[in-house]
Amino acid sequence: MTDIAHDDLDEAAGEHDSHGHHESTGVDNRKLGMWFFLSSEFLFFGTLITNYLIFKGRDFGPGSIYPVEFYDIPFTSISSFVLLMSSLTMVLAHAALARGDQNQTRTWLAATAMLGLVFVSGQFFEFTEFVLEGLKLSSNPAASAFYLLTGFHGIHVVVGVVLLLSLWGKSVRQPEGLSPEQGLNVELVGLYWHFVDIIWIVIFVVVYLIQ
Amino acid sequence: MATIAPPRTPTVFKRPQSTTGFWSWITTVDHKKIAILYGYTAFSFFIIGGVEALLLRIQLAGPDGTFLTAAQYNGLFTTHAVTMIFLFVMPMASAFFNYLLPLMLGARDVAFPRMNAVSYWIFLFGGIFIYSSIIFGTNPAPVGGNLPGGALDASPLGSIPGGGWFLYAPNSGPQFSPGTSIDYAVLGLQILGVASLISSVNFIVTIFNMRTKGMRLLRMPVFVWMTMIVAFLLLFSLPIIAIALFMLTTDRQFGTVFFEAASGGDPILWQNLFWLFGHPEVYVLILPAMGIVSEVLPVFSRKPLFGYPAIVFAGGAIAFLGFGVWAHHMLASDIPTVAQAAFGLSTMTIAIPTGIKIFNWIATIWGGRIRLTTPMLFSLGFVALFVIGGLSGVTHAVVPSDWQQTDTYYIVAHLHYVLFGGAIFGLFSGIYYWFPKLTGRMYNERLGQIHFGLMFFGMNLTFGPMHWLGLQGMVRRTWVYSADTGLGPWNLVVTIGSFVIATSILVFMFNWTWSKRKGEIAPNDPWDARTLEWTIPSPTPEYNFGVKPTVTVLDDFWHQKYDEDDEGRAVRRPEADELVDQLIEANGNPETEIRLPAPSYFPIIAGFGMMLLAYGIIYHTRPWGIPLIVIGILMLVSSLLGWGGEPVEEVHEDAGVDPTDPESDTEVVNPDPESAPPELVGVDDR
Ligand code: HEM
Ligand SMILES: [Cu+2]
Repeated sequence: MTDIAHDDLDEAAGEHDSHGHHESTGVDNRKLGMWFFLSSEFLFFGTLITNYLIFKGRDFGPGSIYPVEFYDIPFTSISSFVLLMSSLTMVLAHAALARGDQNQTRTWLAATAMLGLVFVSGQFFEFTEFVLEGLKLSSNPAASAFYLLTGFHGIHVVVGVVLLLSLWGKSVRQPEGLSPEQGLNVELVGLYWHFVDIIWIVIFVVVYLIQ
Repeated sequence: MATIAPPRTPTVFKRPQSTTGFWSWITTVDHKKIAILYGYTAFSFFIIGGVEALLLRIQLAGPDGTFLTAAQYNGLFTTHAVTMIFLFVMPMASAFFNYLLPLMLGARDVAFPRMNAVSYWIFLFGGIFIYSSIIFGTNPAPVGGNLPGGALDASPLGSIPGGGWFLYAPNSGPQFSPGTSIDYAVLGLQILGVASLISSVNFIVTIFNMRTKGMRLLRMPVFVWMTMIVAFLLLFSLPIIAIALFMLTTDRQFGTVFFEAASGGDPILWQNLFWLFGHPEVYVLILPAMGIVSEVLPVFSRKPLFGYPAIVFAGGAIAFLGFGVWAHHMLASDIPTVAQAAFGLSTMTIAIPTGIKIFNWIATIWGGRIRLTTPMLFSLGFVALFVIGGLSGVTHAVVPSDWQQTDTYYIVAHLHYVLFGGAIFGLFSGIYYWFPKLTGRMYNERLGQIHFGLMFFGMNLTFGPMHWLGLQGMVRRTWVYSADTGLGPWNLVVTIGSFVIATSILVFMFNWTWSKRKGEIAPNDPWDARTLEWTIPSPTPEYNFGVKPTVTVLDDFWHQKYDEDDEGRAVRRPEADELVDQLIEANGNPETEIRLPAPSYFPIIAGFGMMLLAYGIIYHTRPWGIPLIVIGILMLVSSLLGWGGEPVEEVHEDAGVDPTDPESDTEVVNPDPESAPPELVGVDDR
């Protein structure tokens, strides 16, 4: 509970409590909430990854197939790179907003969403290929665990894209661009987006590369 | 103190305006109203769960019972447990968290008032969803199963989910539970998990961020600490059960075989995942009660809580260790001997922080000037019964001993001593203790004591004999036993005990309804208490604190009223009464405008959408399944978007305004699209 130390600050924060908002830790409620939510998400993906590791090498009888046999590492490396770049564009969007450059913010938000979409389409393509080649959701627990893990990650990316697009939409519709309040939303979506990226890096390394 | 009234933002619906009556409850985001909703809903489920228990006991009252069929018995013990754990103890604790957190911290509401409403509605629809299997669920017996009759038990009670609250796979899988009734339990628990996750984040942020001036972490009441620990436990254990439930769902709906041993699946994995959640969950159930007891005991002993830091620390330690003991529920499963020994040991270590708490409570009452009011009696009952349950718990931590006890009534005895004797006694203690705060009236003390006496007696009559029934070998989760086992007489005693408990609950219900209307008007600080909620008028005004409090020590309010004499005993200051009156007066009459979170329709829509989505998943192979999924998702998404466009706060013009005045809280002050804490406009702190 590192927060105990913060409490002395909070005493001071109370002094210039002029506009009514008062957060004992000095961190905005929504940001703090996002952090705690993401800490829960870490366990969510932690469980999914462990689950995959438990099943990946099991013997499912004669003719059993494993996701490893289907991986197209160069392809997935590229889509991983695309997702990694989207973290960069997200940072750029945030930095542009901090400078007050609404035009650039808009551009980088759109770019981030686009890169996210490219990643999801890549995953869609990958899944289609796998299924056509015979690796189905219900083939065996290893396959199911693989689809459950990467599928849930994909859903997280889609949610991120929707959030990004709605921010982008707002910044296009409002002539003066995003308000400072909405700026906080950019930060929140950014936190979420980086989290989704980090999880993908772990998945890519643990699930695809280490065999 | 100027308040800017920006132009209204148009939203999809007309903005909700009622402050009283039906619609005010549907759209409320006030933590106190949400608490009351939680309380009544949870109590209704308590009645349902209780009636289910009575039906089970009627069946077992004598040998070879024929009152229930096997399928009905399975369903009833499952829904009884699911109801008591997820639909009564947890939401009832949530009612306390909701009502008390802001008051104890000196805040106007929780950090995210609308998310709070979302949690409630999701919980409500989750509960309704589970019980809707009575109407829609089917429960055909598995091929080759040994239930007599074999085929479908089409009676309504036969179509509630069976399989136990832990839903052990593969028993809960498609092969052994072919009907849809299990789906209602699986998806229902998933929905309830979402509600709990949202409220956990909300409570944690509230505790970290909404403390009033000077309320450092180590000045917070123990109840607040326990709430925080519970929220963290849920935050870290819910994702695990969520995955397990998703896996079971895909097994049941989409042909995967995660838990089918014959196809390479892993049944033990279910047990691991379930108990990784399940053991922390038992602390989720007990810690709120421990928090309540830690508030009640010092007040009625007129002493400070003994060892405040130790109790807080022990709570944290229990939670931390609680993640490392799950396999003690699996000692009879196929797990390595080393693991058995390790988990036996780790389980025993949990007894240490638990013991610390017990000794601290005893030291708190030791030498105090004790007032045996109803809340105090329930708290003392809690300590006594919890000790018994804790001790039998330690006996299961001894591996060979557990092999004898597991799946017998001995376990049932243990879990009811900790859950009924523990959690439920703690909750009743809290209900009586805060009754004056909630209603502004006193409960009837005599009836309260009768309730306590009957419940304490009935509880021991019911669950005490289960210890020896279990040791005699009576197995758990079985609907009949034969006469030659000799188990009949004690089972009759147990059944009689359960009706004594039921009677005590009737006494409580009478007391509640009568006292709420006709009880004596309560003084504002009836118990001579120590926490901030007693510095404001009862019942709590809509805006909680007219003047935001400042805190300088632990138990600040108490120290304002009491001094110490030379021997360290508390002496009430002569000016204490006057001080209390002044505080109440100031808090009841704020001089300035107060902004409160604005009511909203969207939380209930989101909750309803969630339920439709779950129906859609169960019936996804039917023509209307996919449309249901789509509608559910649309309702969720659109309510979240609509919510984004809605103003967060509305002005509470001034305390003098008649609350029924339709104009009084329709003024939009701030179209801020996201949740923000309610706040006071331009009042300086005390
Ligand atoms: C000193 C503290 C405790 C210890 C050492 C302990 C130990 C255990 C053990 C070893 C079992 C597994 C027995 C078996 O299935 O063979 C068990 C079961 C159980 N315990 Fe505890 N326990 C403690 C406190 C609690 C508390 C505080 C609660 C809840 C408020 C609780 C609720 C339960 C429940 C519900 C079960 C049965 C689970 C089931 O199979 O459905 N226990 N306990
Ligand atoms: Cu346990």
